[in-house]
Amino acid sequence: MGKTLNIAPVTRIEGHASVSIHLDDSGNVSDARMHILSLRGFEQFVLGRPVEEVPRIVTRICGICPWHHHLAANKAADGCLGVELPPTGRKLRELCQMMAYIPDKILHFYFLAAPDFVLGPDADYSVRNVVGIVGANPELAKKVVHMRYKGQMMLEKFAGKVIHPIAGVVGGFSKPLLEEERKEILAGIQELKDFSVFTIKFAREEVFPKYLDAVKILGVFPSGYLGTVRPSDGALELYDGELRLMDQNGNYDQFKYSEYLDYIGEHTEPWSYGKFPYAKKWGQLKLDENDPVGVYRANCLARINVCDRMRTPLAQEELDIFRKNFGRPSHLTLLYHWARLIELVQACERAEELLNDPEITGREYRAKNIEPRAGDGVGCVEAPRGTLIHHYRTDDNGMVTMANMVVATINNNAAMNLSVKQTAKALIKDGKYDQGILNRVEMAIRAYDP
Amino acid sequence: MTKVTVAEEWLNSCAGCEIAILNIGDVLVDLLVNNLDFVHIPVLIDKKYFGQTGEEKELSIPEAVVGIVSGGVRNEEHKEVLLEMRKKCQILIALGTCATNGGIPALQNMFSDEDLKQFYYKDSPTTDPADYPTEHIPPLLDKCSALDEFVKVDLSLPGCPPHPDWIAGAILSLLDGKTDYRMPERSVCDACPTIRESKKGIEDIKRLYDGAEYDPEKPLNEMRCLLEQGLLCLGPVTHVGCGGTKGAPNCISARVPCRGCYGPIRKSAKPLVDYMGALASIGFDPNKMLDRRGYLCRFSGAHGVLKKLG
Repeated sequence: MGKTLNIAPVTRIEGHASVSIHLDDSGNVSDARMHILSLRGFEQFVLGRPVEEVPRIVTRICGICPWHHHLAANKAADGCLGVELPPTGRKLRELCQMMAYIPDKILHFYFLAAPDFVLGPDADYSVRNVVGIVGANPELAKKVVHMRYKGQMMLEKFAGKVIHPIAGVVGGFSKPLLEEERKEILAGIQELKDFSVFTIKFAREEVFPKYLDAVKILGVFPSGYLGTVRPSDGALELYDGELRLMDQNGNYDQFKYSEYLDYIGEHTEPWSYGKFPYAKKWGQLKLDENDPVGVYRANCLARINVCDRMRTPLAQEELDIFRKNFGRPSHLTLLYHWARLIELVQACERAEELLNDPEITGREYRAKNIEPRAGDGVGCVEAPRGTLIHHYRTDDNGMVTMANMVVATINNNAAMNLSVKQTAKALIKDGKYDQGILNRVEMAIRAYDP
Repeated sequence: MTKVTVAEEWLNSCAGCEIAILNIGDVLVDLLVNNLDFVHIPVLIDKKYFGQTGEEKELSIPEAVVGIVSGGVRNEEHKEVLLEMRKKCQILIALGTCATNGGIPALQNMFSDEDLKQFYYKDSPTTDPADYPTEHIPPLLDKCSALDEFVKVDLSLPGCPPHPDWIAGAILSLLDGKTDYRMPERSVCDACPTIRESKKGIEDIKRLYDGAEYDPEKPLNEMRCLLEQGLLCLGPVTHVGCGGTKGAPNCISARVPCRGCYGPIRKSAKPLVDYMGALASIGFDPNKMLDRRGYLCRFSGAHGVLKKLG
């Protein structure tokens, strides 16, 4: 009779999950799964609400990335009510999306992921955490806490509320950006950009090289990738563009948000509340780490794989270094951490570009004369954790009658499961395992920043 | 100085409360180094329920002086974790409106879980219809509840999320040996600087997309009260605190109306009734209000406030 190991809760991630590893009689892994433990029902309880209110409700899907839910929901609601945005309204939303990215990525790299790399995967759990980081490098830790906080507070000061935002509204944005606010934010963004460039250089030169062996094996399997690109040149887009779904050999389909139903299906397993999105055109989903079918991944490594180039110059230099080392597409799961920092640089540079755009301080920031109507809208942004799709339908009074959401992390549900299985099978042999080995199984999950 | 041990858990939650803790900012580093010893906090520390190698049968959380719990109670595991936290912690703090009043996820109390699962696993346009999952996942309870429906709560900090001022205030007060920290029981309007003229004459309530009238170059105290502009602002029936100990309400700062995210002003309050008075005071017929429960109980559907009708 074999036994089951329960890693619960999975820690240093955003949500609620556990891992079960099933060992056979000889102590080898027969199966391993990641279980998503919560079902809250946003699709259900937004029904009957006025559609313009939904962007103020769905933020609570995720308190780490509420801005992305807020903005995707606003886009979907704009679609339902047939609203065209004035350019300033659109740009203010994109600016907030970039500003929300910055502290999110600092948080993940330094607070959630770095303990495994800086203190080591085998360090005792009582020091393998952010407090341990503070002990190991107090000056850097203070700087990190300050930079993340600064990024959050700049956004709160401008947009009223940073966690569970409110300033995006159907038709645009609730307030304009004043010139003095613009100058102040620009100065802050330049400081954050310098910190981001420091961070990727620090990671590239001092952190990742120690783990290149682990990178080559931990959680690795071939898959497809989903991300957003600018249609004109295939550049990596975080706020708006077209979806690109690439197979494991690098061939891809490119499509508009409104066509997502033609490409993405969702499968259910009996052992997880979370569904398993898959690429419909590649066949029925098969959760086999050696021969996966239908499995695509989302989030930063996926975006880095599907794009032809970065949108901004410093990020492009980083992509060149990355591709020279790892090619395209790269299936090495731990490289999510590296890809995340390339996007951090682009988010800072793009925020700076937007703040230098004369239209950003324009006075036409929201559309007027909006009327309720029956409609259908698909709103999509790239959230830090992956492609985020909100799809709503409304009745004549603009009340929600259908809401379908494929949220960022859930895109990686199949992939996280395969990475867990692959890692557990590779590291647990003949009944031998310890804290460090089980932590490596979690590291395979943490790479996806779920 | 000896450190105070703290255990933190999140239940039917979104992590926003945990980010609010981080948003205490620069002083957090000093607190972590000198004052607080987190013995369990899943978002930051790898302490496991069933032992560090996952072989124990009983769920266990270490003992701590202070326990902080965010999120409401929605499934069997949330309940088990909450009871364990109560057992192991001397002082239990309910952090955030989900913990104090159910929060946004308690909107589900208006619907049945069967309806939810029917859509999520069968009818959704992306989904291949399937049986509902049941293995190795905690069964749902019949509704979404606040913490005090299961255990005694010593200190409530509502807010979605709670402003870091209140979190830091409560922590510093506890470090000082005081256990009676309380947020003021006032309304959002008490902290709102906008101009109220108390004139009647609103015929139609505006929708959120209609927006407020204001001059962006001028401060909040030169903007007319949003409720008096005909926007549904829930300030009169909402607990104060979103702007922290000193600031203006967050939503008003963004020039949008309040939606009630700090929950009712006091436990005995009845927003569904009380707000009718606020609407009548501007001359609006409360019976014409759209989606009353969805506005007035958006954050407070626990305690039997929201139920499936008919």
